[in-house]
Amino acid sequence: MQRIGDAPALRRLLIGAAVVLSALFLLLPLVAIFAQAFAEGFATFVTNISDSYTLAAIGLTLFITVLTIPINLVFGVMLAWLVTRFAFPGRRLLQTLIDIPFAISPVVAGLVYLLLYGRNGWVGGWLDGHDVQLMFAWPGILMVTIFVTCPFVARELIPLMQAQGSREEEAAVTLGARGFTLFRRITLPNIRWALLYGVILTNARAVGEFGAVSVVSGAIRGQTNTLPLHVEQLYQDYNTVGAFASAALLALIALFTLAAKALLEWRATRLESSS
Amino acid sequence: MKASTLSLPFRARRRVLPGFGLSLGISLTFVSLVLLLPLTGLVGQLKGLSALEYWHIISEPRLVASYVTTLGAAAVAAVVNAVFGLLLAWVLVRYEFPGKRLLDALMDLPFALPTAVAGITLATLYSSNGWMGKLLEPLGLDVAYTWVGIALAMAFTSIPFVVRTVQPVLEDLPSEIDEAAMTLGANDGVAFRRVILPHLWPALVTGTGLAFVRSLGEFGAVIFIAGNMPYETEITSLMIFVKLQEYDYVGASAIASVVLATSLALLLAINLWQGRFIRRLHGGQG
Repeated sequence: MQRIGDAPALRRLLIGAAVVLSALFLLLPLVAIFAQAFAEGFATFVTNISDSYTLAAIGLTLFITVLTIPINLVFGVMLAWLVTRFAFPGRRLLQTLIDIPFAISPVVAGLVYLLLYGRNGWVGGWLDGHDVQLMFAWPGILMVTIFVTCPFVARELIPLMQAQGSREEEAAVTLGARGFTLFRRITLPNIRWALLYGVILTNARAVGEFGAVSVVSGAIRGQTNTLPLHVEQLYQDYNTVGAFASAALLALIALFTLAAKALLEWRATRLESSS
Repeated sequence: MKASTLSLPFRARRRVLPGFGLSLGISLTFVSLVLLLPLTGLVGQLKGLSALEYWHIISEPRLVASYVTTLGAAAVAAVVNAVFGLLLAWVLVRYEFPGKRLLDALMDLPFALPTAVAGITLATLYSSNGWMGKLLEPLGLDVAYTWVGIALAMAFTSIPFVVRTVQPVLEDLPSEIDEAAMTLGANDGVAFRRVILPHLWPALVTGTGLAFVRSLGEFGAVIFIAGNMPYETEITSLMIFVKLQEYDYVGASAIASVVLATSLALLLAINLWQGRFIRRLHGGQG
């Protein structure tokens, strides 16, 4: 059977163009990150990574990510359960609202948090009177990170849970399963891979968020500098090799994310073909 | 299709499955506190402004120049991505070749890579002594610190939107469609334009639209390569930042409200447009 675009010459031309353009546009930047990071040898790379400011930035980024993931995990599962298992007025609206963080520019997201919780905002002003400072400190970074990453888990779960329906869960309830047991024994095994991918996406974005965090962080070296902000500072200081050493760590997390996605997709197609 | 699964069966489930109160409580609390409450901060700042003062802030010449730069670069990036994204989706769906899985995985790189990392990398690659800059400069093409660089960075961060929107539609296209066109004797170009493109059109426009909206708000990837020259290569997101550094919270809020309104209006338009198409494709059931 002959299909459109199957002529050998055309086929080769299109594949060639796609591969060459992707290599230049997507692969070359990736290679450049590591080339720059190791431009002065492996020893310099290690020195750059073990610099005390870099270690502090890595520590803060990990700390923020470790707090963000469970919060968004609980919210994502709850929201997905709510909108796929029950009918109620405002269900569609809720599903639209959850996409707000994707629609808002990160700088604007950081700004609205700064306006509300900063010293001039009505919440921030009140907190300031009680000696609590959220902005230009780690709680502010945590808050905007939760904001920009909150759709990921719910977005992965909702289509899957909608497609699977609730028959198994209903059967389990009839057999006497209750609350958390029902979720752990019936729902969780069905959604665990989507849940895992949601967490991986949350992780990637939480580690790499720049625009929103740079508004609320204050970027104090060794204190409120996350790894992406640290990369920016080193780059602005003309310490290119140092900046790319930290950037290489972030690129590794991106590569891990891509590998995890490919693996989970490969697993899904294998399951599909075997069943 | 959706309407039929929503109405009655869901009501019945409500009685059976546990957790309605708990999940509703947590979801509403989270949405109100994390997503909606912060937006009131913006309203609070703008409340004190008269319409004239507001207009004065958002029509300042340096800011207007940034609108032109941002919109222009984002439009160029979107058009380039529409063509490039269509090519990539086509090649990934229609052909088998060594390295295809790797190419497919590479498509998500811009989403996975932190924007600041993309920003410094592109700026380094395309500066006059970078790998690409060294090649392009003798040809008279300056990319870094010009609007071309801004468009390039925007195109980099938003290419997955086009590929990942077009790809599934192309996959679902039945092969009979091609066969019919080919047996009628149309050549590849005509057959693609007349037979395939009408089916891909909605997805292509949606993907390109999403890429455009993302480009308008992009910050981290753009500021390093932009050069940030007032009136020439400043993007609107950066202007918010500049106002903040001057502690001009009202000015920053006014600009942010313009950015926010633009992206929300565009997303709404994309959704409405897409909804109209889906209804038309699925006839009465949609």
